Order: sequence, then C-alpha cells, then structure tokens
Amino acid sequence: MKAMSESNSKVGNSTVWFLFIMLFFLHQDLWWWDDARLVLGFLPIGLAYHAIFSIACSGLGWLAIKFAWPSELEAFAEERK
Amino acid sequence: MTTLLVIIGYLCLLLGLGFFSNRLFRGTSKDYFVASHSIGPFLLLMSVFGTTMTAFALVGSTGKSFERGIGTYGLMASISGLIHAAIFFLVGIRLWAFGKKHGYITQIQFFRARFESDALGYLLFPILVLLVIPYLLIGIIGAGKTIEPVTAGAFPNLFTHPSAPPWLGGIPPWLTGLVVSMVVLAYVFMGGSRGAAYANTFQTMVFMVMGLVAFVFIIDRLGGVERAGKVAARITQNGMVVQDYRFDKATQKTLLNQPPKAIGKLIASESSEFVDQRPHLWRVPTIVEFKKKDPVTGSLVSFNRELGIPFFTFVTYLFIPLSVGMFPHLFQHWLTAKSAKSFRLTVIAHPLCIMIVWVPCVLVGAWASGVLPPGVPPPAILSAMLNLLVGDPVLTGLLTAGVLAAIMSSLDSQFLCLGTIFTNDVVVHRSGAGRYSDKQILLIARVFIVAIVALTYVLAMLAKDANVFDLAIWCFSGFSALFPVVFSALYWKRATKQGAVASVLAAVLSWLYFFHLSGYGGEYFIGPGIVPAAICFTLAAVAMVVVSLLTKAPSEETLKKFFPQVDKL
Repeated sequence: MKAMSESNSKVGNSTVWFLFIMLFFLHQDLWWWDDARLVLGFLPIGLAYHAIFSIACSGLGWLAIKFAWPSELEAFAEERK
Repeated sequence: MTTLLVIIGYLCLLLGLGFFSNRLFRGTSKDYFVASHSIGPFLLLMSVFGTTMTAFALVGSTGKSFERGIGTYGLMASISGLIHAAIFFLVGIRLWAFGKKHGYITQIQFFRARFESDALGYLLFPILVLLVIPYLLIGIIGAGKTIEPVTAGAFPNLFTHPSAPPWLGGIPPWLTGLVVSMVVLAYVFMGGSRGAAYANTFQTMVFMVMGLVAFVFIIDRLGGVERAGKVAARITQNGMVVQDYRFDKATQKTLLNQPPKAIGKLIASESSEFVDQRPHLWRVPTIVEFKKKDPVTGSLVSFNRELGIPFFTFVTYLFIPLSVGMFPHLFQHWLTAKSAKSFRLTVIAHPLCIMIVWVPCVLVGAWASGVLPPGVPPPAILSAMLNLLVGDPVLTGLLTAGVLAAIMSSLDSQFLCLGTIFTNDVVVHRSGAGRYSDKQILLIARVFIVAIVALTYVLAMLAKDANVFDLAIWCFSGFSALFPVVFSALYWKRATKQGAVASVLAAVLSWLYFFHLSGYGGEYFIGPGIVPAAICFTLAAVAMVVVSLLTKAPSEETLKKFFPQVDKL
C-alpha cells in the first residue's frame, strides 16, 4: 500500500513538473506578437491569452497541492526536537 | 477638498486598525516579529499578495502600459503567477518548516545555520537593506505622484509650486510622503507583524475592490466596452500617431476627434503592417517620436519612445519574479503561517489575484495613450485618468485611497522586516541571547524602524521623479540575483559557505555594475534586449556551483539538520 502511494506521489510530482515546464514555454507566445485583434470587443488577444495563462497557473497550483503536497514537511516542522 | 477629506478618513481608519491590533498584541518579541506563527490561510494570502503588490502593481503597471502597451502584463504579471506560486510551494513552505522547527525569525538566521557562517550574515544584512530601500522608495514616490493630481486646486494659495502646472494647489509629494510614512509607522509600531497582517488584509481588499470599481467607471466614461477597446492611439497611413477620441469634460462623454488629433510620428517599426494599428495593443517594437512641454521653459521638446516589447526582453524577464524567493519581508510573512496548509490558498489564488489587479491596470494604461498627452509622466497616468474621467470627488477619493492601500500594504511589511533583521541579526546576535530583555528588543526594533523610515523619506524626496516601474525592476533584479543562494541552501547538500559568499558577491557586484550603467534606476537592457537580472542570476549561480565544488562540504551535523532522512525533504 505504501509502495503504491509512493509511486502515485512520484507520478503526481512528475506530472506537475511537466505541466510547469509546458506552461513556461506556452508563456512565450511569439505567435500573438503582431496581433492586435480584440476579444469580446475590448480585450487585445495578447492580453486575453495571458489572462487565461494566469488562470492556468492557478489550476497548476491546485494540481500541485492535490498530487505533490509535501505532507512530510508538516510532520517534520511540528515534531518536537 | 472632498477628495482630500475622503483620503484623510481612510488614513484615520487605518490608524484605528493599528489600535485594534495593538489590543491583540501579546507583548512578546516573537509575537511582534512573526505573530506567534498564528496566521491562517486567508490572512496569509492577503498579506503575501498585498506585500508583493505595491505602487509597482497599480501605478507602475498602468504607467508602463502607457509607455509600452499590453505586453506589460506578460512581461511581469502572468510570469509572476507561475514563478511566484512555484516559489511559495518549493521555497516558502520549506523555509516555513525550518523556521518553525528551529525557531528562525529571519532569513539571515537560516543562512547562518545552513552555511555555518556568521560572516555570511554580516555580508547579507547591508545587501538586503540596500535592496529593500528602492522598494520602499517606490511606495513613497508613488504615493506622492498619486495624490498631487487628484487634489489639484485644493490649496492654490498654499502650495504654489506644483510638479506640473495643472496640479497647482494639490498636496505636494513631500507632504504625502511624510503623512503616509507616519501612518504606516504608527500601525507597525503598535501591532508588529500581526498589525501588518491585519492592515494588509484590509488594504488588499480595499485596493482590489477599488481597482475594479475604477475600471468599471473608466469603461463607462470611455463610452462602454466596445468604444474603450478602440480608444488607444493609432498609426495612420502617413505614419502619424493620432488620438481618434477625446474626453469632453463639459458633457462627461468621449467624443470622436474630427479629424483625429496628431500626437506623434512613427520613426521605425519591426512590422511592415503598422497602418491603422494601435501599437499599445500589440507587442511589436515600434519607435515613435512624441512632443511634450518643458516644465521650466514651457516650450515643446521632442522625445522618442519605444512601444512594444523586444522578444528577448520578454523571455529574460522570467528572472525578475524569482526575487520573491529572497524578499526578507516575504520570508517574515511565510513564518507567520500557522501551518503548512496555510500556504495552499496562496499557491492557488495568488495568480488569480494578480490577474484581477493587473489586467484592468494594463488596459487603462493602453487606453490612456488615446486620451492623455504623451508627455504625462508614467507614474501619474493612473491618477491622471481618474482625474480626467471620474469627476465625482468622493469616488475619486475612494479610488485614490485604494491606490494608497496598495502602497502602504507593502511599506508596512518592509519597514517591519528591516527592524526585525537589524534587531535579531545584528544587535541580539552580537550581544548574545540573554543580554537584552524582550522589552528592550522591541524598543531596538522600533527605533531602527523609525531611522529607516526617516532615511527612506529623505531618499524618496531626492529621487522623486524616478520611474516607479523601472526602480522596482532594479530592486527585484537584485533579489532575483540572490535566488541561487536560497535555492541551493534548500536543495543542494554540496552548497558551502564559500559558495554562498561567492554567489552573494557575484550577484551584488554585477547588479551594482549594471545599476551604475543604467544611470541609477533607468530602464536598461544588454545586447538584443536581455535584462540585467538574467546575467546577475547566471553569474551568481555559476559562482555558487564552482566555489562550492572547490571547497569543503558542510559538516554531517548541518546536513542532518537541513536534509533529514525523510523521503520528500
């Protein structure tokens, strides 16, 4: 059981790291650089993309907490010397 | 005058909050410095977010977007959402755990123990103070720049030397800076880190709500969402930069300029398809010549401005948000957390909070290019837009209070942290733990805070025309260059004290070199647009690795303390 949980945790960690790196590359949106089209009539597309990017970062934070939370750190901090 | 009274009312409310938190103060230095590790998830989110979002976020982002357009958001905000959250998760929680376990109150205590070096603490102390000071300056400068335009005309016979002729009679920056410093000083004095956390939470909510209210009002006055999207300055077929609209104060409406009003001319653009484009709404580097009135002679002078963002600059800006890993005031906020779980809300909600604050500011800055003269100083853009578009003095007062809230919610933490590190890392460390009573330690911290406030105030008056955004970037660059020290301390067993000293020296010397080349605080890029932080960070990281590998590894005892045999540690 412990081995299964460790393996899940490793998969969770790797997935979160993979998504982090993917988001880093998605941040460099060279493809919108010379595009000033408006989304919803007022939001430039380059800004709309990065606003969605911020939401994706929040989603990644949620995934990190769900699948890669360092619970041992809490126990380490709380235990008496 | 009504606007001023609303602002004064807000400052009084803050002082009341200081008295309230003083009643909860437990009277111990631990409570003063880290609120006895009692802060829960919501207060932690609000205080961490409020601390990282200063004049830089509201005043600076609007001004930068006025200068360079919507690329400002990707440049700082969205990448910060990714990097900040990652640092809270990878660095913040771990530092909180070591702080709680071993009783550290400051960063320097942690570094001294991890790198087994007293000297490292004495080296870091002046560097941290040196780097926090520009951060403090932007708060005081930003506050001054915000209040003067919105109070213009209040005291025409008293304040006769305004920063710009239209602001005659407005509260001068020296007085705003003084009052803001005193108010922040008062509630930090009374409540310590708990007072700062309560005040930050209150102020963060105020500036987020007021920011959204201001945004809705500005959209309304620009003629609705569709019209607002088309307000930004445009490049015509013959290469002129024009404003298609103007705001008519008499009718309180945005009207079409017939013909469009020319405000500048195109000098060069990296795109050949610039005709009818609004350069503030894309990111192609475009150089434009504008004219502005010389405040002394009154004659028109030309100046060039680069709109858009060079791609190299955009990519290398990722180094700037690494600074949060080394902010001493953020370290102190992390240590106030009740448990590691308190960090969860911050990790998830911080990128969303950034989005809520920055998207409206960046849009307002880009739209301002279409209704304000191009020569308005960037730090004054937000208040100039409020002044122009939001006529109601009560609402202007409330919105300005929101800007002040953002500024003061950072100043308090920074003042407090400088007092904390001086007291703990210099005074108590040198004299030994038993030398001073708890009461004396509190007094020393408070006296040092007063001295720092006075010094900052004087420096802010000397640098009152500095660009808030650029000065903040210099401050962040210095801290991001120090990031290899904290990251390797936590994750690399082989990192040694000599490596840490070499890394700190490489970071600070390279930072000083580029800061000097920038003319002490101006915008500065290397080669094709690389930010200095990228170079400083790389040098510091290389110094850490090379020197650590060449020197003796840390002792077994230290390694056991900071790398215990737990799977995830």
